[in-house]
Amino acid sequence: MIEALFKYTFLQNAFLTAVFASIVCGIVGTIIVEKKLVSFSGGIAHVSFGGIGLGYFLKFEPIFGGIAFAILAALGVAQIRKRSNTNEDTLISMLWAAGMALGILFIALTPGYPPDMTSYLFGDILTVNALYLRVMIGLSAAVLLIVTLLYSYWKMYLFDEEYAGIIGIRTSTLEFILYLMIAVSIVILIKVVGIILSIAMLTAPPAIVKLFTNRLSRVMIGAGILGIMFNLAGLTISYQMNIPSGATIILLAISAYLLAFLGKKAMITLLNHKVTK
Amino acid sequence: MPILKVNHLQVNYGQTMALTDVNLEVEACDFIGIIGPNGGGKTSLIKAILGIIKPVRGTIELDPGETLGYVPQLTTFDRNFPITVLEVILLGHLPKRITLGHRFTRHEKEHAAFVMERLGIGDLKKRQIGELSGGQMQRVLVARALMTHPTILVLDEPTAGVDEASKKEIYQLLAELNKNMTILMITHDQLDTAPFISRFIYVNKTICRSELPIWEGLIGKERKVQ
Repeated sequence: MIEALFKYTFLQNAFLTAVFASIVCGIVGTIIVEKKLVSFSGGIAHVSFGGIGLGYFLKFEPIFGGIAFAILAALGVAQIRKRSNTNEDTLISMLWAAGMALGILFIALTPGYPPDMTSYLFGDILTVNALYLRVMIGLSAAVLLIVTLLYSYWKMYLFDEEYAGIIGIRTSTLEFILYLMIAVSIVILIKVVGIILSIAMLTAPPAIVKLFTNRLSRVMIGAGILGIMFNLAGLTISYQMNIPSGATIILLAISAYLLAFLGKKAMITLLNHKVTK
Repeated sequence: MPILKVNHLQVNYGQTMALTDVNLEVEACDFIGIIGPNGGGKTSLIKAILGIIKPVRGTIELDPGETLGYVPQLTTFDRNFPITVLEVILLGHLPKRITLGHRFTRHEKEHAAFVMERLGIGDLKKRQIGELSGGQMQRVLVARALMTHPTILVLDEPTAGVDEASKKEIYQLLAELNKNMTILMITHDQLDTAPFISRFIYVNKTICRSELPIWEGLIGKERKVQ
């Protein structure tokens, strides 16, 4: 595999994509888990499919359509939630379905043979091209910078949003930036694990690290490192066994969570047993 | 001389009126217990005073130099959030204007340590917030509010979900703070708070009455709100 990594550009692209996507997932995934925005993020991921379809239909780079749709949906949900009484879950489920429906419609309307959409739905890290990689590096750097520079504010906003508002912090600005970051992170993940599997990649690594630490920064860093491990291990296994990379990465992450959860339970039981003895 | 004046306040949630024609004057070092039925507008009143909700009518006047500190209910935040006690308290001093790359200074950390010692939680600073008892958690939230040196402390049911022994400790702590701080506290605990309270106000859509603690009220000192 290492020999092949030096030899093939597509593997180098896949390797770099895995590293950058993991860093973003670790950071933004932690925020999503702590702010309980998992279903919101799932909705945004599916809406981006509409933009990808539009890209094919109007013949521009589909990933830019995905970014635009994801951002518009994220900001749209925030605005509608503020101005209407509609339950957020209802809104998200409607957007979720509408995004997929639009994607299917645009693909069907595209002249000629329909493009293969499975790489967007289930991911295919081995097909990442140079343009996608450049976009991803830029977006990852932006996310990393925003979270680092505003770290104390994120901590406050995530822990106690109401109090942040009371002491005069503009929580609406933080919310706006957060929704943008979620939209961007999801689009980054599309090529790695796909729209359908992206939520697991955002949530599993932080959920594992949170079992073992009580510091937000450690959850973010740990989740990033775990994400890199899952991605690289998944990439290696899929390359060696010729199986889909996205599904392999996700199954690895979920298995690791189950192991960590059971391991922690067993550890606590053992410790309690020792104490009672 | 009142340091906080609420004049003809009206608060609505959409079409629903939460409060109407509320008038209140708070003087320095008052310890006011806000009582009343659930849904009567107690929380709306303190939220309007804190500026969280905008009144549809009326004004709230705070004397220059007076600042508000707020201690919310224990239910407003996620207890499983990965954050230590020291971090929670320091965040009380976060600049309201979003500052890139903000770091807490040594002076702020020393002040947080001083506040924690004063409130008897100095040894908890590295503990995760969710590991604390209700009483300890409440002290942490008071410490966070004290980080900005408020002159008026507003508390929303500080003893909800707290055991009996901790309740007593919290009331004693508040009585101690009340020596040089004004306190407004929503409570359902009229009997236990009576020894510390200077005045109860009964809120049910408006301030229906203002009265002295029970035993003084019993001997005929009930009075109307100005």
